[in-house]
Amino acid sequence: MTENISAYRAELPFAAPHAHGGSQVGGVMRRVLLALVPATLFGFWLYGWPAFFLWGITLFAALVFEFMSLRLMGKTGHAAFYTVLDGSALLTGWLFAMTLPPWSPWWVGVLGAFIAIVIGKQVFGGLGQNVFNPAMVARVALLISFPLQLTAWVTPLPLTSELAPGFVEGLHITLGQTPLPDAMTSASLLGYAKTELSRGVDLAQALAASHAPQVSALGLRAGSLGESSALLLLVGGVFLLATRVIRWQAPLGVLAGVALPALIAHALAPGHYLSVEAHLFSGALMLGAFFIATDYVTSPATGAGQLVFGLGVGVITWVIRSLGGYPEGVAFAILFMNALTPLLDRTFHPRILGRTRAGKPLAAKKDA
Amino acid sequence: MSAPFKTLVKDGLWDNNVVFAQMLALCPAMAVTTSGANGLGMGLATTAVLVVANVLVALIRGVVSQEVRIPVFIVLIATLVTVVDMALNAWLHELYKVLGLFIALIVVNCAILGRAEAFASKNGVWPAFVDGVAMGLGFTFALTVIGLIREALGSGTLFAQASQLLGAHFAFLEIRLHDQGGALLMILPPGAFAVLGFLLAGKRLLDTRLKTRADANAAKTSE
Repeated sequence: MTENISAYRAELPFAAPHAHGGSQVGGVMRRVLLALVPATLFGFWLYGWPAFFLWGITLFAALVFEFMSLRLMGKTGHAAFYTVLDGSALLTGWLFAMTLPPWSPWWVGVLGAFIAIVIGKQVFGGLGQNVFNPAMVARVALLISFPLQLTAWVTPLPLTSELAPGFVEGLHITLGQTPLPDAMTSASLLGYAKTELSRGVDLAQALAASHAPQVSALGLRAGSLGESSALLLLVGGVFLLATRVIRWQAPLGVLAGVALPALIAHALAPGHYLSVEAHLFSGALMLGAFFIATDYVTSPATGAGQLVFGLGVGVITWVIRSLGGYPEGVAFAILFMNALTPLLDRTFHPRILGRTRAGKPLAAKKDA
Repeated sequence: MSAPFKTLVKDGLWDNNVVFAQMLALCPAMAVTTSGANGLGMGLATTAVLVVANVLVALIRGVVSQEVRIPVFIVLIATLVTVVDMALNAWLHELYKVLGLFIALIVVNCAILGRAEAFASKNGVWPAFVDGVAMGLGFTFALTVIGLIREALGSGTLFAQASQLLGAHFAFLEIRLHDQGGALLMILPPGAFAVLGFLLAGKRLLDTRLKTRADANAAKTSE
């Protein structure tokens, strides 16, 4: 390990008082990928082979596009290979795949990987240079371009159930040769709530029969590939917190930003606004809070900044879900706050070593 | 045609293209290029204004003093734009409804004042005319290409409604690529930015390749 660090250090400028902590991009990425595994495996089980194929195709496409972009920029050979394998493209592709409807055709995954890696990341100069979270850019671009395909939720058919499509049938679904039977399509909780409201049905009545929030928390519901099980995502998030890959400010901000307005609005008008549990456990909120709002590149650098960032994401999500035209708004909210990140960084900048928060030099100690 | 004229034409169409090289007039280049026909119509309208403005500016450059030249140019351009605006409204009403406000905004198209200031006010009538035609056609080319790409990706057609612009003889241009509809995003503003960005990158790549090849050839012949 020490050899590894010293080899790495040789490339860094020796400007005091900085020292390399030894953590590298690859290590961080591997931990985040590991944290995604439980929720992803659950998604495979819940939605069967098509979900697995879609995930595989998306990840493969992300790696290919990353490699092609690096080639175009003149990085070839060992350096390019190393950059591709640092896991950042894999993570972007994975996160994007988790936001897709599980039975989407293959081209949705490939096109999304192209938008995420090429337009969302490499055009800006590669890892660390992008303004917006690449996975969310791809998600929103596809949602606006192909609203039909991107909201085609299917009823969960667990892999162990009899009706679930088999290996070959699953391949046919992903390759787009089998059209989705209408009986299979289903609405997500947020979409259902929006439709019922627009029909003038009271939410309290509409949701009374189903134990929606509880079912949502377990994840046995229609939704995107990797967002169904809020609990497993929470487990992954806690693992990232415990291993100090992410800090608590941004996730807490997101959850609080949704929960507080939801609490007030639901207390005032339960017929029009979903409850706090329904908001917290449905849609992409958990995924967004722990895995996307905590992206190092596109969120503020300091804890205070991250808290404000998270609160902004949460409140905007609640506003879009409750008052906007789309049933879900996590991706839009994150992109919007990404745009504000430079401003937040200006407002909440870290204290410079040897100076006070205001920027004045610290008084020298008398006894020194 | 003498050498400078050849340079003028080459500059306008490619080397110094209004959109792809000078990066001027990006507002109409992105806002109206939702289809090939729109881009072509906007380009031709701008070309008409550009050519006449260049010729007029070259004609009066001797009698207009340095101090008042900009207001004089603007008044000239504004008059021409009003004429084009009314002409389109009268004869190509369908296109006029699509382009609408952007026709009036040709007045503030920086490409036109830019050519008047940088070229026509320093050159004779004939070169100014050639420059206007070349720059205008280069602009039309850029807008049509952007429009066609966005249209193909966004609605799955090529030159839809071109017959309304060019007359019934050109109905054969209208091609329907597929009936799937398209990526709506390409018709929306982000699509314009993405397409323009990729086209700029493509032009750079092409120019670099051509230059490397030319250099290699030059080296070979000098040996």
